[in-house]
Amino acid sequence: MNDMTNKWIGQRTIRPDGAEKVTGRAAYAADTTMPGMIWGKVLRSPHAHAVIRSIDTAKAEALPGVKAVVTRADIVDFPLDKPVMLGIQDMRWMSRNVMAREKALFHGHPVAAVAATSESIAAEALRLIEVEYEVLPHVIEIDDALRPDAPILHDFLRFEGKPSNIAGKLEHKLGNIEAGFAEADVVIERSFTTRPVHQGYIEPHACLVSVAADGKTTIWSSSQGQFMVRAMTALLTGLPQSDIRAIPAEIGGGFGGKTIIYLEPLATLLSKKSGRPVKMVMSREEVMRASGPTSGSKSTVKIGATRDGRLVAAQGTFWLQAGALPGSPIRGAAGCGFAPYTIPNVVATGFDVVSNRSKVAAYRAPGAPIGAYAVECVIDEVAEALGMDPLELRLKNAARQGTKAAHGPVYPRIGFMETIEAAQAHPHYNTPLGEAPAGRLRGRGVASGFWFNAGGESSAQVNITEDGNVVVTTGHPDIGGSRASIANITAELLGIDYKRVSVLIGDTATIGYSNLTGGSRVLFASAMVVTQSAEKVITSLKERAAKIWKIDPEAVAWENGEARPVSENAGRFPPLSLAELAARATETGGPIGAGVQLNTTGAEGGFATHLCDVEVDVDLGIVRVLRYTSFQDVGRAVHPSYVEGQMQGGAAQGIGWALNEEYIYDRQGRVENAGFLDYRMPVCSDLPMLDAVMIEVPNPKHPQGVRGVGEVPLVPPLAAVANAVHDALGKRFYALPMSPPRVLERLEG
Amino acid sequence: MTDIRYLAPGTLDEAVGAYAAAAGAARILAGGTDLLVQMRAGVVRPGLIVDIKKIAEMTTIEETPEGGFRIGAAVSGARLAEHPRFGKVWPGVLEGINLIGSKQVQGRASPGGNLCNASPAGDSVPAMIAAGAVVTIQGPNGRRQMPVEAVPAGPGRTNLAPGEILVSFTLPPQPAGTGDAYLRMIPRTEMDIAVVGCGACITLEDGVVTQARIGLGAVAPTPLLVGPAAAALIGSRLEEAALAAAAAACSAACRPIDDKRGTIAYRTKVAGVLLRRCVAIAADRAGRA
Repeated sequence: MNDMTNKWIGQRTIRPDGAEKVTGRAAYAADTTMPGMIWGKVLRSPHAHAVIRSIDTAKAEALPGVKAVVTRADIVDFPLDKPVMLGIQDMRWMSRNVMAREKALFHGHPVAAVAATSESIAAEALRLIEVEYEVLPHVIEIDDALRPDAPILHDFLRFEGKPSNIAGKLEHKLGNIEAGFAEADVVIERSFTTRPVHQGYIEPHACLVSVAADGKTTIWSSSQGQFMVRAMTALLTGLPQSDIRAIPAEIGGGFGGKTIIYLEPLATLLSKKSGRPVKMVMSREEVMRASGPTSGSKSTVKIGATRDGRLVAAQGTFWLQAGALPGSPIRGAAGCGFAPYTIPNVVATGFDVVSNRSKVAAYRAPGAPIGAYAVECVIDEVAEALGMDPLELRLKNAARQGTKAAHGPVYPRIGFMETIEAAQAHPHYNTPLGEAPAGRLRGRGVASGFWFNAGGESSAQVNITEDGNVVVTTGHPDIGGSRASIANITAELLGIDYKRVSVLIGDTATIGYSNLTGGSRVLFASAMVVTQSAEKVITSLKERAAKIWKIDPEAVAWENGEARPVSENAGRFPPLSLAELAARATETGGPIGAGVQLNTTGAEGGFATHLCDVEVDVDLGIVRVLRYTSFQDVGRAVHPSYVEGQMQGGAAQGIGWALNEEYIYDRQGRVENAGFLDYRMPVCSDLPMLDAVMIEVPNPKHPQGVRGVGEVPLVPPLAAVANAVHDALGKRFYALPMSPPRVLERLEG
Repeated sequence: MTDIRYLAPGTLDEAVGAYAAAAGAARILAGGTDLLVQMRAGVVRPGLIVDIKKIAEMTTIEETPEGGFRIGAAVSGARLAEHPRFGKVWPGVLEGINLIGSKQVQGRASPGGNLCNASPAGDSVPAMIAAGAVVTIQGPNGRRQMPVEAVPAGPGRTNLAPGEILVSFTLPPQPAGTGDAYLRMIPRTEMDIAVVGCGACITLEDGVVTQARIGLGAVAPTPLLVGPAAAALIGSRLEEAALAAAAAACSAACRPIDDKRGTIAYRTKVAGVLLRRCVAIAADRAGRA
């Protein structure tokens, strides 16, 4: 299956969702309406940290047009003494995130929600809710949260026996760190900070929920997992999962940020109380204030190398902001940073720190870009100290088959070295930077990165229609091209034209449990269940042909979309096409179709190496990316355009993270730049064409060789840009973003 | 909830009458690219909207026989860009106006709206100041004129009296050898608001600066006319000493704030950097004029 002679796998087929999207027909969550529908809105805390003494909703409920009000009293609470895990999310915190309980923990934290017959009445009703707050001192930054006299967010959190804003710690150890550093000739230790950044999906969170009189509940929403929506909503509202049907709408971007819920339980409770369908749509400002960015961080990384360029010891400490409730991605920061290298002695430690910010949510390779930023910048300095080419140093120490990583696994066949070798051989690395115009300086940087990738639960159903075409249903919202890729694979397996395959995303009532779209898992996992389903279908088709021909099923082959008699029967009967077999389905055993449900395993990690050229305007401090090339081990590019798109998108987001994106807070703990104008993600004109070089080292544990490709692309860019800026200016930056005021300050300092 | 009345009068007298009668509850609608956004955000809740786009005087571009221009306050940036002469005579003013919002916004956004929105960072204003533009205003007590730099009073506030409407901009005829330019610093390449904006208008005679006007945006509560910067350039041949003095004058004129878009130190430094770059472009255009 991994050779390049496939007819459909590896083809840039027309995306199945394309026509609907470009003609405006695609139905996003906010496009869905129902008769009798009313509008829900959320009252949010005006304070960063405050005890909620009381909530009086009487005036709001009395306003004509208001149909329901919900508060903390309506949300299921969970005892604090033991975790209630759903995947990586603890429902104790999720409950307190969707609605403040004892305290409002950040500016924008939901305090109440109303549903009314119009949006303006709902807005008016919010103004009539009287909340009595006792404002508390707040804390935003990590260093402030760790001070001995810091305001403590949660009195139930203890660290080393004392009340603390440290919510958790994780440590990976390998070898003997002291012995490792003793062996080193060069030791570099540096500290870094990064700011929280938002995923920046264009579509705000939205849902429509209808609870019928008998409790049967239908949820249309924008999410990365309809089963996640069902389970979390059930837990937070007390409804049984069997009463909830969660229908995934077309999604306008997620990048990890839609792997948790915000509005669905509120809309469900409002619908239950009012008896009316309730629609809720966040404004962009609400998205920026109250949905999860990824963590801001501070970290210290120390790496030791021998004179001949062997990395012998590495130590990293990563402090990540969780937002107001525990759960920052310390596993990604501590686990991924050193993972691209064969380093015998490693200690990587992560600390989860709460402060009065919105709770973080997943963002593409959660935590990994933060870890890689610090590690890859220090590796650049190690190379400089050794007088080695930075790619050569990486290649010399690159993880390979058999490398034992500090976070646990021993790698099977991986393609990391290939990404470095491809970068070394590429024209980008071998083309001089060229002379910059007056007042500008140019530089080139490199960085590598790793992401775990994931497998997990997946379900699929492959059905042959009566006219001999194919409908495939899977259970994962498509945020990265999974429908097109599944169509390619199905066409390949069945030997039919791609256009004869329709791929649909089922809802929670129509397809078996499928874990959410995250961890770069979807194509890996769904290709497995689709492949096994298709194989079952082919077996059935062969049996039916055998029945018609009255020969042994073993004597039938499936080739090019038709059953053919083989061995002693070869040539005795004309082939039976899929359409012919479908037409005779009733007489040969009934409907043709098969479903498979699995907990998939074998998703191996992904690696990438990035090259970045920048030009810095030294009088304005503006950094522009002139050229950018990503090299990634993509396993098997089932649909190359989508793989390239993932690589380009990750690079673009990483460049934004490195250069301009950040949350800016005022003294009251309010986000000052809660919109796309002043939260500066890159626009198209800010970036050059982002080149993507796919390296295919098939995953030996997958039928098509698939590796996750969606998250690795965001891991190297922060350091690639930072190392390029250093190359241009001869000065290193230890803080992101490298925005114009900071660059100018550093140049003048 | 309040009802909003909408009027689109055909004459300026009607517009002024309705606007003045509403006594503060009314807002003027030109392109609406600020007003509608502010209404949606709940920042303003006008009782009356007076749409001025049906008034001929406010939507026409006129070149005077002496070579000056009169631009209606509600003329869109896109229409000015399509004018056969305006961009050739005042490329800097056009650059500033064409930076108000994105391509789509350009079809509606107007220099009058940009001035009356009274953002310190309005892109058209420093270039208009450098050009020596004068505005015509009509109110319940008749017409009056004032220099463009006298209109803004502070962030979101103007010196227009109650009931007064900005009618048009008048740009003077240019002496031979004049060129203008506008540059702004934004961290991105578009879809952004000026961290610092600089407009320059220079007249050269045999390589010597005979006239100069410099406007700065986003460095003080209002856009500034920087007289000392112009004075440093006049009489010079744009030698390094003169440029350094003008840049220093720009930096000295700054009274910026630290905010989400830039720091005091950054804005102060960049004002001088942009002055040099902007004067170079204006002088190049003046040399070719």
